[in-house]
Amino acid sequence: MSFSTTARNHHPCVSEGLNPGRIRRDFPILSRKVHGKPLAYLDNAATSQKPQQVIDAVSRYYSRTNANIQRGVHLLSVQATDAYEATRERVRKFLNATRAEEIVFVRSTTEAVNLVAQTAGRSILGPGDEVIVSRMEHHSNIVPWQMLCQEKGARLRVIPVSGRGELLLDEYEKLLNPRTRIVAVTHVSNVLGTVNPVRKMVEMAHGHGALVLLDGAQAVPHLEVDVQELDCDFYCFSGHKIYGPTGIGILYGKWNHLESMPPYQGGGEMIRSVSFEKTTYNEPPHKFEGGTPNIAGGVALAAALDYLENLGLDRVAAYENELLEYATSRLSQVSGLRLIGTAPSKAAVLSFVLDEVHPHDMGTILDLEGVAIRTGHHCAQPLMDYYGLPATARASLAFYNTREEIDALCRGLEKVMEVFE
Amino acid sequence: MADLSALYQEVILDHNRRPRNFAVLEDADHQSEGFNALCGDRVTVYLKLKGSVVDEISFQGSGCAISMASASIMTESLKGRTVEEVKALFERFHQLVTGNLDSEDHSEPDLGKLVVFEGVSRYPVRVKCATLTWHTLRAALEKRNEVVSTE
Ligand SMILES: Cc1ncc(COP(=O)(O)O)c(C=O)c1O
Repeated sequence: MSFSTTARNHHPCVSEGLNPGRIRRDFPILSRKVHGKPLAYLDNAATSQKPQQVIDAVSRYYSRTNANIQRGVHLLSVQATDAYEATRERVRKFLNATRAEEIVFVRSTTEAVNLVAQTAGRSILGPGDEVIVSRMEHHSNIVPWQMLCQEKGARLRVIPVSGRGELLLDEYEKLLNPRTRIVAVTHVSNVLGTVNPVRKMVEMAHGHGALVLLDGAQAVPHLEVDVQELDCDFYCFSGHKIYGPTGIGILYGKWNHLESMPPYQGGGEMIRSVSFEKTTYNEPPHKFEGGTPNIAGGVALAAALDYLENLGLDRVAAYENELLEYATSRLSQVSGLRLIGTAPSKAAVLSFVLDEVHPHDMGTILDLEGVAIRTGHHCAQPLMDYYGLPATARASLAFYNTREEIDALCRGLEKVMEVFE
Repeated sequence: MADLSALYQEVILDHNRRPRNFAVLEDADHQSEGFNALCGDRVTVYLKLKGSVVDEISFQGSGCAISMASASIMTESLKGRTVEEVKALFERFHQLVTGNLDSEDHSEPDLGKLVVFEGVSRYPVRVKCATLTWHTLRAALEKRNEVVSTE
């Protein structure tokens, strides 16, 4: 692979593809050493690293702008409000939502799912109704629905997966029926990397009058998402997995749903007027945003999206795909290694197991080599049960990862074999 | 740099490959199940007491090398011990793997083979792996029947 050295304008990328050498300099943490070895950070699905631009945005916000928002008359408050609301517009553009008011700030994907379950879900679900999730969901897109179903006497149904890690659409079709109220599925699996055919799945659900929530936590860092094209009712993601800070997440909801949904947490900001006799609620999105939010996090999320779009998501995807192919072929050559999740349409996530070596032991040995991967059930125990595995090792890649880091992973695995020969 | 062989000692690797006393004890009078949610380790400890002495002890389960070897070596170390000794040994073992053992303290019971787990103290995230089976044993002795979790 060769990279041209002539940069276009001020872009950190070149006309052909991404220049990881240059990009890596934007991420100060990547030059860190761990256990005396260069860090190979391959745990991006857990959380991504942050570019200097994002770190600076947090610092700049607190150094220059910090104030509470929406209710101040003074300049700082006006500027803080403007910056925070500009992020809403920034996210709208990122997801191609129709209007900025469809973007609700939350803490994380987890909170977004809980919000929808506790508001829309709670108002439309009755005894005997059904919610459909898939076998490959993260616990955060299972448990909120399970809790709600228990409360309402509703039934939680599960779309099965194939051995390669694809959702079985025929089975999904059979699960859909007039009692189906909500379908909640992940766009990209955090364990398998599978990119699910969510557009089709939304269409099928709508054919039965069900609402669809898509968990985009693992999708937005890797693919372009257009919520209008997907036609989903809700879409959620976490800032920290898309090169932004922790503690800020996004819920997109179609305006007409947001308008008719009851509020979420009661408190300041989500009200229009309060008396002990009667409280009237604010309009969406504020109706769902009680209390002082993570303002700095919101502002820095905008910086993360700017950074990503400046690189170009198409180029990011192309580079990551190439890296995924390289990693897949390298790992396939490791004897005794079995990849879990081999769907044809995949994001750059590689789960694997080794004969005779528990993932946790792999994780410790790789750590000593500077290679950071995740081991365990990845908050997807039902999926682990399906594969009959207590745990897997998972390398999840980002656009700043390199072939050299994949090589370091493979060398580390050889070390693992030496110890456990 | 931390040394791998301090953690994965030959004895540990051997017990991981060929765990001893790896069986269900049909007529166990105490038994308990332990679960480490972090890494999915699962272990069931079976125990038969004669008076207050461990007459038979075995385990079953799956997990990382540290947890499997710890269970295996534990069962080997406890046969013939009194319940009081078992508890004292757990105390010392816990100090060993958390790096809190006073090297001047030569009081009984002696850790014996269990000292191979000393290296665990340099890997704080692995302490739970080493102690899961001991926590499970303690629950079995106390006849608590719920699943033990190290989380
Ligand atoms: C697919 C998926 N959904 C949801 C989540 C939960 O995200 P958060 O912990 O940021 O709420 C994760 C994070 O691991 C994930 O991978």
